Amino acid sequence: MTKSAYDRVMAARSSNKISIHDLVAGLTDDFIELHGDRAYGDDPAVYAGIGTIDGLPVTITSIQKGFDTDSNIERHFGSAEPDGYRKALRLMKQAEKFNRPIINLINTPGAYPGVDAEYHGQGYMIAQSIMQGLNLSVPYISIIVGEGGSGGALALAVGDCVWAMENSVYSILSPEGYATILWKDSSRAAEAAEQMGLTPEDLIENGIIDKIIPEVCDTETINSLKNELLKKINELKKLPKDELLDNRHKRYRKFN
Amino acid sequence: MTQNNSEEQDLQTLMDKIPDNLWVKCPFCKASFYRKKLGKYYECPECSFGFRIGHEKRISLICDEFTPINADLKTSSRFDDEKYLSKLDKSRKITGLNEGVQTGIGKIGQQSFGIAVMDWRFIMGSLGTATGEKLTRLFEKCTDENLPVVVFSASGGARMQEGIHSLMQMAKVSQAVADHSKKGLLYISVLTDPTTGGVTASFAMEGDINISEPHTLIGFAGRRVIEKTIQQRPPKDFQRAETLLKNGFLDAIVKRSEMKSTLAKLLAWN
Repeated sequence: MTKSAYDRVMAARSSNKISIHDLVAGLTDDFIELHGDRAYGDDPAVYAGIGTIDGLPVTITSIQKGFDTDSNIERHFGSAEPDGYRKALRLMKQAEKFNRPIINLINTPGAYPGVDAEYHGQGYMIAQSIMQGLNLSVPYISIIVGEGGSGGALALAVGDCVWAMENSVYSILSPEGYATILWKDSSRAAEAAEQMGLTPEDLIENGIIDKIIPEVCDTETINSLKNELLKKINELKKLPKDELLDNRHKRYRKFN
Repeated sequence: MTQNNSEEQDLQTLMDKIPDNLWVKCPFCKASFYRKKLGKYYECPECSFGFRIGHEKRISLICDEFTPINADLKTSSRFDDEKYLSKLDKSRKITGLNEGVQTGIGKIGQQSFGIAVMDWRFIMGSLGTATGEKLTRLFEKCTDENLPVVVFSASGGARMQEGIHSLMQMAKVSQAVADHSKKGLLYISVLTDPTTGGVTASFAMEGDINISEPHTLIGFAGRRVIEKTIQQRPPKDFQRAETLLKNGFLDAIVKRSEMKSTLAKLLAWN
Protein backbone atom coordinates (compact mmCIF):
# COMPACT_ATOMS: atom_id res chain seq x y z
CA MET A 1 0.00 0.00 0.00
CA THR A 2 1.37 3.40 -0.86
CA LYS A 3 1.64 5.81 2.00
CA SER A 4 0.28 9.31 1.70
CA ALA A 5 2.78 12.18 1.86
CA TYR A 6 1.55 13.05 5.31
CA ASP A 7 2.02 9.46 6.51
CA ARG A 8 5.61 9.92 5.42
CA VAL A 9 5.85 13.13 7.44
CA MET A 10 4.58 11.23 10.48
CA ALA A 11 6.99 8.35 9.88
CA ALA A 12 9.87 10.82 9.54
CA ARG A 13 8.92 12.35 12.89
CA SER A 14 8.24 9.04 14.63
CA SER A 15 9.98 8.41 17.93
CA ASN A 16 10.69 4.87 16.68
CA LYS A 17 13.10 6.32 14.14
CA ILE A 18 16.72 5.33 14.79
CA SER A 19 18.48 7.99 16.87
CA ILE A 20 21.49 9.76 15.43
CA HIS A 21 23.57 8.42 18.35
CA ASP A 22 22.69 4.83 17.48
CA LEU A 23 23.26 5.47 13.82
CA VAL A 24 26.73 6.91 14.45
CA ALA A 25 27.54 4.07 16.82
CA GLY A 26 26.39 1.55 14.22
CA LEU A 27 28.28 3.09 11.33
CA THR A 28 31.61 3.64 13.08
CA ASP A 29 34.09 1.23 14.65
CA ASP A 30 34.89 3.93 17.18
CA PHE A 31 33.82 7.56 17.59
CA ILE A 32 34.97 10.54 19.65
CA GLU A 33 32.53 13.42 20.09
CA LEU A 34 34.06 16.88 19.73
CA HIS A 35 32.45 19.92 21.29
CA GLY A 36 32.24 23.65 20.93
CA ASP A 37 32.18 26.40 18.34
CA ARG A 38 35.24 28.29 19.73
CA ALA A 39 33.22 31.50 19.74
CA TYR A 40 30.26 31.23 22.01
CA GLY A 41 29.09 27.82 23.12
CA ASP A 42 28.32 24.18 22.46
CA ASP A 43 24.93 23.41 20.98
CA PRO A 44 23.75 19.95 22.11
CA ALA A 45 21.47 19.71 19.05
CA VAL A 46 24.58 19.32 16.92
CA TYR A 47 26.36 16.02 17.58
CA ALA A 48 29.72 15.86 15.87
CA GLY A 49 33.12 14.28 15.99
CA ILE A 50 35.64 11.96 14.38
CA GLY A 51 35.31 8.23 13.97
CA THR A 52 36.41 5.43 11.74
CA ILE A 53 34.34 3.36 9.33
CA ASP A 54 36.15 0.09 8.59
CA GLY A 55 39.32 1.84 9.66
CA LEU A 56 38.77 4.94 7.49
CA PRO A 57 38.76 8.18 9.53
CA VAL A 58 35.74 10.38 8.82
CA THR A 59 34.23 13.51 10.31
CA ILE A 60 30.56 13.21 11.16
CA THR A 61 28.38 16.19 11.97
CA SER A 62 24.70 15.84 12.67
CA ILE A 63 21.57 17.48 13.96
CA GLN A 64 19.78 15.28 16.44
CA LYS A 65 16.49 15.24 18.29
CA GLY A 66 16.29 14.16 21.91
CA PHE A 67 15.38 10.73 23.31
CA ASP A 68 13.22 12.03 26.16
CA THR A 69 11.63 15.28 27.30
CA ASP A 70 14.75 16.66 28.99
CA SER A 71 17.06 15.96 26.09
CA ASN A 72 14.47 17.25 23.65
CA ILE A 73 14.22 20.53 25.52
CA GLU A 74 17.99 20.79 25.65
CA ARG A 75 18.24 20.14 21.92
CA HIS A 76 15.19 22.25 21.02
CA PHE A 77 13.62 19.12 19.51
CA GLY A 78 16.42 18.90 16.98
CA SER A 79 16.64 22.57 16.06
CA ALA A 80 20.17 23.93 15.98
CA GLU A 81 21.28 27.36 17.12
CA PRO A 82 23.93 29.42 15.33
CA ASP A 83 26.63 28.03 17.63
CA GLY A 84 25.60 24.56 16.46
CA TYR A 85 26.17 25.50 12.83
CA ARG A 86 29.43 27.22 13.80
CA LYS A 87 30.59 24.02 15.50
CA ALA A 88 29.61 21.92 12.49
CA LEU A 89 31.40 24.26 10.09
CA ARG A 90 34.50 24.33 12.30
CA LEU A 91 34.70 20.55 12.27
CA MET A 92 33.98 20.29 8.55
CA LYS A 93 36.87 22.69 7.87
CA GLN A 94 39.03 20.60 10.15
CA ALA A 95 38.05 17.57 8.10
CA GLU A 96 39.22 19.39 4.97
CA LYS A 97 42.55 20.21 6.62
CA PHE A 98 43.17 16.55 7.42
CA ASN A 99 41.68 15.31 4.15
CA ARG A 100 38.92 13.37 5.91
CA PRO A 101 35.57 12.72 4.22
CA ILE A 102 32.55 14.42 5.76
CA ILE A 103 29.30 12.63 6.54
CA ASN A 104 26.37 14.75 7.71
CA LEU A 105 23.32 13.15 9.29
CA ILE A 106 20.24 15.33 9.38
CA ASN A 107 17.10 15.09 11.46
CA THR A 108 15.76 18.58 12.11
CA PRO A 109 12.43 20.33 11.77
CA GLY A 110 14.42 23.50 11.04
CA ALA A 111 16.88 25.96 12.55
CA TYR A 112 15.81 27.15 16.00
CA PRO A 113 13.54 30.21 15.95
CA GLY A 114 14.59 31.94 19.16
CA VAL A 115 15.62 35.42 20.24
CA ASP A 116 19.18 34.43 21.14
CA ALA A 117 19.47 32.48 17.90
CA GLU A 118 18.68 35.71 16.06
CA TYR A 119 21.12 37.71 18.21
CA HIS A 120 23.89 35.21 17.50
CA GLY A 121 23.37 35.30 13.76
CA GLN A 122 21.20 32.35 12.74
CA GLY A 123 20.90 33.70 9.19
CA TYR A 124 24.60 34.51 8.93
CA MET A 125 25.71 31.09 10.15
CA ILE A 126 23.41 29.18 7.78
CA ALA A 127 24.64 31.37 4.91
CA GLN A 128 28.28 30.69 5.79
CA SER A 129 27.69 26.96 6.26
CA ILE A 130 26.21 26.85 2.76
CA MET A 131 28.81 28.99 1.01
CA GLN A 132 31.85 27.50 2.74
CA GLY A 133 30.42 23.99 2.77
CA LEU A 134 30.01 24.04 -1.01
CA ASN A 135 33.74 24.61 -1.32
CA LEU A 136 35.23 22.05 1.07
CA SER A 137 37.60 19.99 -1.05
CA VAL A 138 36.93 16.59 0.52
CA PRO A 139 34.12 14.10 -0.16
CA TYR A 140 30.98 15.43 1.52
CA ILE A 141 27.89 13.22 1.80
CA SER A 142 24.63 14.15 3.55
CA ILE A 143 21.86 11.85 4.68
CA ILE A 144 18.37 13.06 5.54
CA VAL A 145 17.55 10.62 8.33
CA GLY A 146 14.12 11.91 9.37
CA GLU A 147 13.05 15.50 8.90
CA GLY A 148 14.99 17.78 6.58
CA GLY A 149 13.58 21.14 7.55
CA SER A 150 14.38 24.08 5.34
CA GLY A 151 17.55 26.21 5.58
CA GLY A 152 18.44 24.51 8.85
CA ALA A 153 18.85 21.23 6.94
CA LEU A 154 20.34 22.74 3.78
CA ALA A 155 23.17 24.20 5.88
CA LEU A 156 24.51 20.65 6.27
CA ALA A 157 23.39 19.34 2.87
CA VAL A 158 25.45 21.10 0.22
CA GLY A 159 27.92 18.35 -0.59
CA ASP A 160 28.55 15.87 -3.40
CA CYS A 161 25.42 13.87 -2.79
CA VAL A 162 22.35 13.95 -0.61
CA TRP A 163 20.70 10.67 0.32
CA ALA A 164 17.42 10.21 2.11
CA MET A 165 16.04 7.39 4.19
CA GLU A 166 12.84 5.76 3.06
CA ASN A 167 10.88 7.40 5.87
CA SER A 168 12.14 10.93 5.56
CA VAL A 169 11.01 14.27 4.16
CA TYR A 170 12.89 17.32 2.94
CA SER A 171 11.04 20.57 2.45
CA ILE A 172 11.10 24.33 2.47
CA LEU A 173 8.91 24.44 5.56
CA SER A 174 6.82 22.08 7.68
CA PRO A 175 3.50 21.17 6.03
CA GLU A 176 1.78 22.87 8.98
CA GLY A 177 3.73 26.08 8.35
CA TYR A 178 3.10 25.89 4.63
CA ALA A 179 -0.66 25.49 5.16
CA THR A 180 -0.63 28.42 7.58
CA ILE A 181 1.20 30.73 5.19
CA LEU A 182 -0.67 29.82 2.02
CA TRP A 183 -4.15 29.06 3.36
CA LYS A 184 -4.02 30.49 6.89
CA ASP A 185 -5.08 27.07 8.16
CA SER A 186 -2.54 24.76 9.80
CA SER A 187 -5.09 21.92 9.97
CA ARG A 188 -4.67 21.45 6.21
CA ALA A 189 -1.17 20.03 6.75
CA ALA A 190 -1.96 16.71 5.05
CA GLU A 191 -3.12 18.49 1.92
CA ALA A 192 -0.04 20.71 2.06
CA ALA A 193 2.24 17.67 2.33
CA GLU A 194 0.74 16.24 -0.88
CA GLN A 195 1.36 19.46 -2.72
CA MET A 196 4.87 20.10 -1.44
CA GLY A 197 6.64 17.18 -3.08
CA LEU A 198 8.57 16.37 0.07
CA THR A 199 8.80 12.57 -0.11
CA PRO A 200 12.05 10.87 -1.17
CA GLU A 201 10.35 9.69 -4.38
CA ASP A 202 9.39 13.25 -5.32
CA LEU A 203 12.82 14.55 -4.35
CA ILE A 204 14.77 12.03 -6.39
CA GLU A 205 12.67 12.82 -9.45
CA ASN A 206 13.64 16.47 -9.15
CA GLY A 207 17.32 15.75 -8.51
CA ILE A 208 17.15 17.27 -5.03
CA ILE A 209 18.39 13.97 -3.61
CA ASP A 210 20.50 11.30 -5.31
CA LYS A 211 19.51 8.10 -3.59
CA ILE A 212 16.82 6.61 -1.36
CA ILE A 213 18.26 4.34 1.28
CA PRO A 214 16.29 1.61 3.01
CA GLU A 215 15.10 2.58 6.46
CA VAL A 216 17.91 1.77 8.90
CA CYS A 217 16.52 -0.26 11.77
CA ASP A 218 18.86 -3.20 12.46
CA THR A 219 22.39 -4.49 11.96
CA GLU A 220 21.73 -5.62 8.45
CA THR A 221 20.41 -2.26 7.23
CA ILE A 222 23.17 -0.40 9.07
CA ASN A 223 25.84 -2.55 7.44
CA SER A 224 24.31 -2.05 4.07
CA LEU A 225 24.39 1.75 4.56
CA LYS A 226 27.98 1.51 5.78
CA ASN A 227 28.95 -0.31 2.58
CA GLU A 228 27.15 2.21 0.40
CA LEU A 229 28.96 5.04 2.17
CA LEU A 230 32.38 3.42 1.79
CA LYS A 231 31.73 2.73 -1.87
CA LYS A 232 30.72 6.34 -2.52
CA ILE A 233 33.60 7.78 -0.48
CA ASN A 234 36.12 5.69 -2.40
CA GLU A 235 34.60 6.81 -5.67
CA LEU A 236 34.75 10.48 -4.65
CA LYS A 237 38.28 10.18 -3.23
CA LYS A 238 39.59 9.13 -6.62
CA LEU A 239 38.54 12.41 -8.20
CA PRO A 240 41.05 15.26 -8.43
CA LYS A 241 39.89 18.07 -6.08
CA ASP A 242 39.03 20.40 -8.96
CA GLU A 243 36.80 17.80 -10.51
CA LEU A 244 35.17 16.95 -7.18
CA LEU A 245 34.24 20.60 -6.63
CA ASP A 246 33.29 21.17 -10.23
CA ASN A 247 30.84 18.25 -10.14
CA ARG A 248 29.45 19.46 -6.84
CA HIS A 249 28.91 22.99 -8.09
CA LYS A 250 27.18 21.72 -11.22
CA ARG A 251 24.84 19.71 -9.01
CA TYR A 252 23.51 22.93 -7.46
CA ARG A 253 23.80 25.14 -10.56
CA LYS A 254 21.18 23.11 -12.38
CA PHE A 255 18.23 24.02 -10.09
CA ASN A 256 16.11 26.29 -12.23
CA MET B 1 -28.90 73.25 14.14
CA THR B 2 -29.21 74.00 10.43
CA GLN B 3 -26.27 76.39 10.71
CA ASN B 4 -24.16 73.65 12.26
CA ASN B 5 -25.15 71.17 9.63
CA SER B 6 -24.14 73.42 6.81
CA GLU B 7 -20.83 74.16 8.54
CA GLU B 8 -20.21 70.46 8.81
CA GLN B 9 -21.03 70.04 5.18
CA ASP B 10 -18.65 72.82 4.22
CA LEU B 11 -15.97 71.20 6.29
CA GLN B 12 -16.65 67.86 4.67
CA THR B 13 -16.42 69.45 1.21
CA LEU B 14 -13.13 71.00 2.17
CA MET B 15 -11.84 67.69 3.60
CA ASP B 16 -12.83 65.86 0.44
CA LYS B 17 -10.59 68.18 -1.52
CA ILE B 18 -7.56 67.15 0.53
CA PRO B 19 -5.84 64.18 -1.09
CA ASP B 20 -5.81 61.10 1.14
CA ASN B 21 -2.10 60.60 0.96
CA LEU B 22 -1.02 64.09 1.92
CA TRP B 23 0.06 62.93 5.35
CA VAL B 24 2.10 59.86 5.95
CA LYS B 25 3.00 57.93 9.06
CA CYS B 26 6.43 56.38 9.56
CA PRO B 27 5.92 52.61 10.01
CA PHE B 28 8.87 52.57 12.40
CA CYS B 29 8.67 55.63 14.70
CA LYS B 30 4.98 56.34 13.97
CA ALA B 31 5.66 60.04 13.42
CA SER B 32 3.11 61.70 11.14
CA PHE B 33 4.31 64.29 8.69
CA TYR B 34 3.52 66.09 5.47
CA ARG B 35 4.30 63.76 2.55
CA LYS B 36 6.64 66.26 0.90
CA LYS B 37 8.95 65.91 3.89
CA LEU B 38 9.80 62.35 2.76
CA GLY B 39 11.93 64.03 0.12
CA LYS B 40 13.47 62.38 -2.87
CA TYR B 41 14.99 59.61 -0.73
CA TYR B 42 11.73 58.55 0.93
CA GLU B 43 13.30 58.83 4.36
CA CYS B 44 11.43 59.55 7.59
CA PRO B 45 12.42 63.11 8.61
CA GLU B 46 12.25 62.06 12.27
CA CYS B 47 14.11 58.74 12.46
CA SER B 48 15.67 58.31 8.97
CA PHE B 49 13.85 55.02 8.38
CA GLY B 50 13.93 54.34 4.64
CA PHE B 51 10.40 53.79 3.34
CA ARG B 52 10.02 50.77 1.06
CA ILE B 53 10.67 51.68 -2.56
CA GLY B 54 10.51 49.74 -5.81
CA HIS B 55 13.37 48.81 -8.10
CA GLU B 56 13.05 51.80 -10.48
CA LYS B 57 13.25 54.31 -7.65
CA ARG B 58 16.16 52.50 -5.99
CA ILE B 59 18.16 52.31 -9.18
CA SER B 60 17.53 55.98 -9.96
CA LEU B 61 18.85 56.91 -6.50
CA ILE B 62 22.03 54.85 -6.91
CA CYS B 63 23.01 54.68 -10.57
CA ASP B 64 23.95 57.39 -13.05
CA GLU B 65 23.44 54.81 -15.78
CA PHE B 66 21.79 51.38 -15.76
CA THR B 67 21.40 48.61 -18.35
CA PRO B 68 19.22 45.65 -17.37
CA ILE B 69 20.19 42.05 -18.18
CA ASN B 70 18.12 38.86 -18.40
CA ALA B 71 14.95 40.95 -18.21
CA ASP B 72 12.94 38.29 -20.04
CA LEU B 73 13.71 35.50 -17.61
CA LYS B 74 10.58 34.00 -16.10
CA THR B 75 9.79 31.24 -13.68
CA SER B 76 9.39 27.75 -15.18
CA SER B 77 6.00 26.75 -16.57
CA ARG B 78 6.01 23.63 -14.37
CA PHE B 79 4.75 25.83 -11.53
CA ASP B 80 1.19 26.02 -12.78
CA ASP B 81 -0.98 26.53 -9.72
CA GLU B 82 -3.61 29.03 -10.76
CA LYS B 83 -3.49 31.09 -7.61
CA TYR B 84 0.27 31.36 -7.97
CA LEU B 85 0.05 32.31 -11.63
CA SER B 86 -2.39 35.10 -10.85
CA LYS B 87 -0.06 36.36 -8.11
CA LEU B 88 2.81 36.39 -10.60
CA ASP B 89 0.66 38.21 -13.07
CA LYS B 90 -0.33 40.87 -10.58
CA SER B 91 3.26 41.33 -9.43
CA ARG B 92 4.43 41.70 -13.03
CA LYS B 93 1.87 44.42 -13.65
CA ILE B 94 2.76 46.34 -10.49
CA THR B 95 6.53 46.19 -10.91
CA GLY B 96 6.98 45.99 -14.67
CA LEU B 97 9.37 43.09 -14.00
CA ASN B 98 9.08 39.45 -15.05
CA GLU B 99 10.66 38.37 -11.77
CA GLY B 100 11.16 39.75 -8.27
CA VAL B 101 14.64 41.10 -8.85
CA GLN B 102 15.98 43.61 -11.33
CA THR B 103 19.56 42.90 -12.38
CA GLY B 104 21.95 44.71 -14.64
CA ILE B 105 25.10 46.73 -15.00
CA GLY B 106 25.09 50.12 -13.35
CA LYS B 107 27.47 53.04 -13.27
CA ILE B 108 28.30 55.64 -10.65
CA GLY B 109 30.49 58.14 -12.46
CA GLN B 110 32.98 56.03 -14.41
CA GLN B 111 32.73 53.03 -12.06
CA SER B 112 30.82 50.07 -13.52
CA PHE B 113 29.35 47.40 -11.28
CA GLY B 114 26.75 44.66 -11.30
CA ILE B 115 23.63 45.60 -9.42
CA ALA B 116 20.61 43.63 -8.26
CA VAL B 117 17.55 45.15 -6.60
CA MET B 118 14.93 42.87 -5.12
CA ASP B 119 11.45 44.34 -5.31
CA TRP B 120 9.27 43.77 -2.22
CA ARG B 121 6.15 44.38 -4.33
CA PHE B 122 6.79 41.14 -6.24
CA ILE B 123 5.28 38.46 -3.94
CA MET B 124 7.10 40.09 -1.01
CA GLY B 125 10.46 39.89 -2.77
CA SER B 126 10.42 36.14 -2.32
CA LEU B 127 13.27 34.03 -3.68
CA GLY B 128 11.91 31.90 -6.50
CA THR B 129 13.83 29.85 -9.05
CA ALA B 130 13.93 32.67 -11.61
CA THR B 131 14.94 35.17 -8.90
CA GLY B 132 17.83 32.86 -8.03
CA GLU B 133 18.72 32.38 -11.69
CA LYS B 134 18.85 36.13 -12.34
CA LEU B 135 21.06 36.70 -9.31
CA THR B 136 23.32 33.77 -10.27
CA ARG B 137 23.71 35.03 -13.84
CA LEU B 138 24.55 38.51 -12.58
CA PHE B 139 27.35 37.15 -10.38
CA GLU B 140 28.58 34.92 -13.22
CA LYS B 141 28.66 37.82 -15.68
CA CYS B 142 30.50 40.02 -13.18
CA THR B 143 32.98 37.21 -12.45
CA ASP B 144 33.70 36.96 -16.19
CA GLU B 145 33.98 40.72 -16.63
CA ASN B 146 35.85 41.46 -13.38
CA LEU B 147 33.15 43.70 -11.99
CA PRO B 148 32.12 44.25 -8.38
CA VAL B 149 28.51 43.49 -7.39
CA VAL B 150 26.06 45.37 -5.18
CA VAL B 151 22.87 43.55 -4.16
CA PHE B 152 19.96 45.36 -2.51
CA SER B 153 17.99 42.64 -0.72
CA ALA B 154 14.35 43.00 0.26
CA SER B 155 12.59 39.74 0.83
CA GLY B 156 10.21 37.76 2.94
CA GLY B 157 12.43 34.72 2.25
CA ALA B 158 11.99 31.64 0.11
CA ARG B 159 9.03 31.53 -2.27
CA MET B 160 6.66 28.99 -0.73
CA GLN B 161 4.84 28.35 -4.01
CA GLU B 162 8.03 26.94 -5.56
CA GLY B 163 8.77 24.71 -2.60
CA ILE B 164 12.10 22.93 -2.30
CA HIS B 165 13.26 24.38 -5.64
CA SER B 166 13.23 27.75 -3.98
CA LEU B 167 15.40 26.40 -1.14
CA MET B 168 17.97 25.18 -3.67
CA GLN B 169 18.42 28.76 -4.91
CA MET B 170 20.14 29.56 -1.63
CA ALA B 171 22.88 27.09 -2.58
CA LYS B 172 22.97 28.07 -6.25
CA VAL B 173 23.35 31.80 -5.63
CA SER B 174 25.82 31.19 -2.77
CA GLN B 175 28.13 29.29 -5.10
CA ALA B 176 27.98 32.11 -7.66
CA VAL B 177 28.96 34.51 -4.83
CA ALA B 178 31.82 32.19 -3.83
CA ASP B 179 33.17 31.99 -7.41
CA HIS B 180 32.99 35.78 -7.72
CA SER B 181 34.83 36.13 -4.41
CA LYS B 182 37.57 33.64 -5.39
CA LYS B 183 38.49 35.97 -8.23
CA GLY B 184 39.21 38.70 -5.70
CA LEU B 185 36.14 40.72 -6.61
CA LEU B 186 34.10 42.86 -4.24
CA TYR B 187 30.53 42.09 -3.22
CA ILE B 188 28.59 44.64 -1.19
CA SER B 189 25.34 43.38 0.28
CA VAL B 190 22.83 46.08 1.22
CA LEU B 191 20.04 44.69 3.40
CA THR B 192 16.91 46.80 3.05
CA ASP B 193 13.56 46.62 4.78
CA PRO B 194 12.64 43.78 5.15
CA THR B 195 15.34 41.13 4.65
CA THR B 196 14.37 37.83 6.21
CA GLY B 197 14.33 34.02 5.93
CA GLY B 198 16.25 32.27 3.20
CA VAL B 199 17.66 35.49 1.79
CA THR B 200 19.20 36.45 5.14
CA ALA B 201 20.38 32.84 5.39
CA SER B 202 22.22 33.06 2.07
CA PHE B 203 23.53 35.80 -0.22
CA ALA B 204 22.40 38.78 1.93
CA MET B 205 24.86 37.65 4.62
CA GLU B 206 27.69 36.70 2.26
CA GLY B 207 28.98 40.14 1.29
CA ASP B 208 32.55 41.25 1.82
CA ILE B 209 30.75 44.24 3.26
CA ASN B 210 27.22 43.97 4.63
CA ILE B 211 25.42 47.27 5.16
CA SER B 212 21.89 48.38 5.89
CA GLU B 213 19.65 51.42 6.33
CA PRO B 214 18.40 52.78 9.69
CA HIS B 215 15.88 50.55 11.50
CA THR B 216 15.73 47.97 8.71
CA LEU B 217 14.06 44.71 9.68
CA ILE B 218 16.59 41.89 9.30
CA GLY B 219 16.09 38.39 10.60
CA PHE B 220 15.99 34.69 9.90
CA ALA B 221 12.85 33.45 11.66
CA GLY B 222 9.66 35.48 11.62
CA ARG B 223 8.57 37.30 14.77
CA ARG B 224 5.32 35.33 15.05
CA VAL B 225 7.10 31.98 14.72
CA ILE B 226 9.49 33.01 17.48
CA GLU B 227 6.66 34.22 19.72
CA LYS B 228 4.90 30.90 19.26
CA THR B 229 8.06 28.93 20.03
CA ILE B 230 9.21 30.79 23.13
CA GLN B 231 5.73 31.90 24.30
CA GLN B 232 7.09 35.39 24.89
CA ARG B 233 7.25 38.68 23.07
CA PRO B 234 10.74 39.48 21.88
CA PRO B 235 11.96 43.05 22.45
CA LYS B 236 10.71 45.57 19.91
CA ASP B 237 14.10 46.22 18.34
CA PHE B 238 15.39 42.66 18.30
CA GLN B 239 15.49 42.23 14.52
CA ARG B 240 16.43 45.78 13.60
CA ALA B 241 19.63 46.88 11.85
CA GLU B 242 20.91 48.66 14.99
CA THR B 243 20.73 45.40 16.97
CA LEU B 244 22.54 43.47 14.25
CA LEU B 245 25.22 46.17 14.14
CA LYS B 246 25.65 45.98 17.92
CA ASN B 247 25.88 42.18 17.76
CA GLY B 248 28.49 42.28 15.02
CA PHE B 249 26.57 41.20 11.92
CA LEU B 250 26.65 44.45 9.94
CA ASP B 251 29.56 46.64 8.88
CA ALA B 252 27.59 49.88 8.85
CA ILE B 253 24.19 51.51 8.83
CA VAL B 254 23.99 54.12 6.09
CA LYS B 255 21.15 56.59 5.54
CA ARG B 256 19.55 56.30 2.13
CA SER B 257 20.53 59.87 1.31
CA GLU B 258 24.19 58.87 1.82
CA MET B 259 24.03 55.43 0.22
CA LYS B 260 25.24 56.43 -3.25
CA SER B 261 28.29 58.35 -2.02
CA THR B 262 29.15 55.53 0.41
CA LEU B 263 28.91 52.88 -2.32
CA ALA B 264 30.97 55.08 -4.66
CA LYS B 265 33.80 55.19 -2.10
CA LEU B 266 33.69 51.48 -1.29
CA LEU B 267 33.67 50.59 -5.00
CA ALA B 268 36.60 52.93 -5.66
CA TRP B 269 38.68 51.65 -2.74
CA ASN B 270 38.43 47.96 -3.62
